[in-house]
Amino acid sequence: MNVEDLARRVGDRVSDVLVARGEVTAIVDREDLLATLGWLRDERDLGLDFLSSVTATHRPDADPAFWVDYELRSIALRHRLRVKVGLRAGDEHVPTVTGLFPTADWHERETFDFFGVVFDGHPGLTRILLPDDWEGYPLRRDEPLGGVPTWYRGATMPPIDERGMA
Amino acid sequence: MTAFRDPGTGELRQETMIINMGPQHPSTHGVLRLLLELDGETVIRCTPIVGYLHTGIEKNCEYRTWMQGITYVTRADYLSPFFNELGYCLGVERLLGIEAPERARLIRVAVCELNRIASHLVWLATGALELGAVSVMLYGFRERELILEIFEAITGLRMNHAYIRIGGVLMDLPEDGPSRIRELLRVLPRRIDEYETLLDDNPIWRERNEGVGVLTGEQALALGVTGPLLRASGIDADLRKDMPYGGYETFEFDVPVRTEGDAYARYLVRLAEMRESLRIVQQAIDRLEDTPGPIMVDDPKVGWPPRLSTGPDGIGNDPEYLRHIMEESMEALIHHFKMVTQGVQVPAGEVYSAVESPRGELGFFLVSDGGNRPYRVKIRDPSFVNLQALPAAVEGYLIADSIAANASFDPVMGGVDR
Repeated sequence: MNVEDLARRVGDRVSDVLVARGEVTAIVDREDLLATLGWLRDERDLGLDFLSSVTATHRPDADPAFWVDYELRSIALRHRLRVKVGLRAGDEHVPTVTGLFPTADWHERETFDFFGVVFDGHPGLTRILLPDDWEGYPLRRDEPLGGVPTWYRGATMPPIDERGMA
Repeated sequence: MTAFRDPGTGELRQETMIINMGPQHPSTHGVLRLLLELDGETVIRCTPIVGYLHTGIEKNCEYRTWMQGITYVTRADYLSPFFNELGYCLGVERLLGIEAPERARLIRVAVCELNRIASHLVWLATGALELGAVSVMLYGFRERELILEIFEAITGLRMNHAYIRIGGVLMDLPEDGPSRIRELLRVLPRRIDEYETLLDDNPIWRERNEGVGVLTGEQALALGVTGPLLRASGIDADLRKDMPYGGYETFEFDVPVRTEGDAYARYLVRLAEMRESLRIVQQAIDRLEDTPGPIMVDDPKVGWPPRLSTGPDGIGNDPEYLRHIMEESMEALIHHFKMVTQGVQVPAGEVYSAVESPRGELGFFLVSDGGNRPYRVKIRDPSFVNLQALPAAVEGYLIADSIAANASFDPVMGGVDR
């Protein structure tokens, strides 16, 4: 299916569909996420039954502050679709999709680990790449970067965003 | 299963044993830790624990320029550096709305496919070593060395090349590059024959691999498995064919598929893939002969200005270029300075750019808010996702089989942990 046909077909169910740079993005509400992903997976002519990736983006000054991003792929029909859900700051909850796509397990744990987005209903939402006792969510954009203390007369290397680079 | 009498009730009871395999274990391909629950010799539960090699590549990229990002992402999956660079650069190029010139695309395909062979050779060498086939290990690394020498001649480095750049490649092939690659193409098929002679019908190799670590096609898809693992489970999925990128649609090659889904099928798929990669490299080298031309887009706002050249002491700055910016042209010097310190301005937007790495779908989700630095770089690494399916391929088998199964998964922890 080419990009325009795919966007039109997804538009049957999702009101907000964008096409940019040859990629189709469907923006859904949190409440509709599971039903929409299930529909996309099970409609035969869409066939988006393979979840490539789950991740998030954080924009602390915007509303919604978090965008959770699902990359779907149809292996049989050879097309892709991105589904995005916006989450407001302070309410970083989204239902887990592990029931539809078992592969989401580790993807969601990684997103929780880095962004603190809570996937409700996940079978074991723990940190995956960082140590269990890590504090904070390092891929949030407002997470302080920290400097590097050096051994030279108590000097400190400032964090990279304060070094006046780039 | 250990049986014992309960001291309180006198009843006969059984218990399982939990052991940690890794993170320091020679057969875990780096720093993978497997928490295994055993019933005698049988694995009844396997929990992979990852993260020991996390280096924050994604976060680092947010505070570097788009150009500097290449040197970070190339270090993620250190056995397939060219694929990391290619996936990232194709994504940035899509954001910029540009395409690398034909010659650069051919060079990219050639180095990537050589890289695929080198990566599969490491899998073959280490996997065979773990099952006791030491000679195959020596042969595998011997041939990989031939490829790394060519990489060094082309890029100046054996690994982590940062050779594929936004809009093209860093420098053209050296004069003897094509002839050296042709020599390699002459040697390698016979060496692959050798591996097949050693392993294909070797009773120990078959005994240890056949029927071990089985994943059905359905399981593999549900768990997000891609690459040779998926193709060994009967699913014909290869991004080079399905959603061609970087000019792959113009090459002739087949996608090897097996249906058994066991470790032996993965071995057969990967060996067949190495031969297909040789076919692609051959076509790329032939076409490069008739494709002169630039190796970088003709756009001063994108093309990386420094020119490099090869001298008697290796690769370094091109003396002609240095003379030009230092002695002849103030504008060229200013342009050089601006491009090196500030880099490329990338319009706002987001893309997901995926390439078929030796381990499967390697995706880059790139977000730009318009500027010279990425807002977000997410690496969808195939090793990370494939590893999630390891319990399905290990549970119910003997503990010795978990070694063979893990080896057949070919996880690279640099990619898993990023």
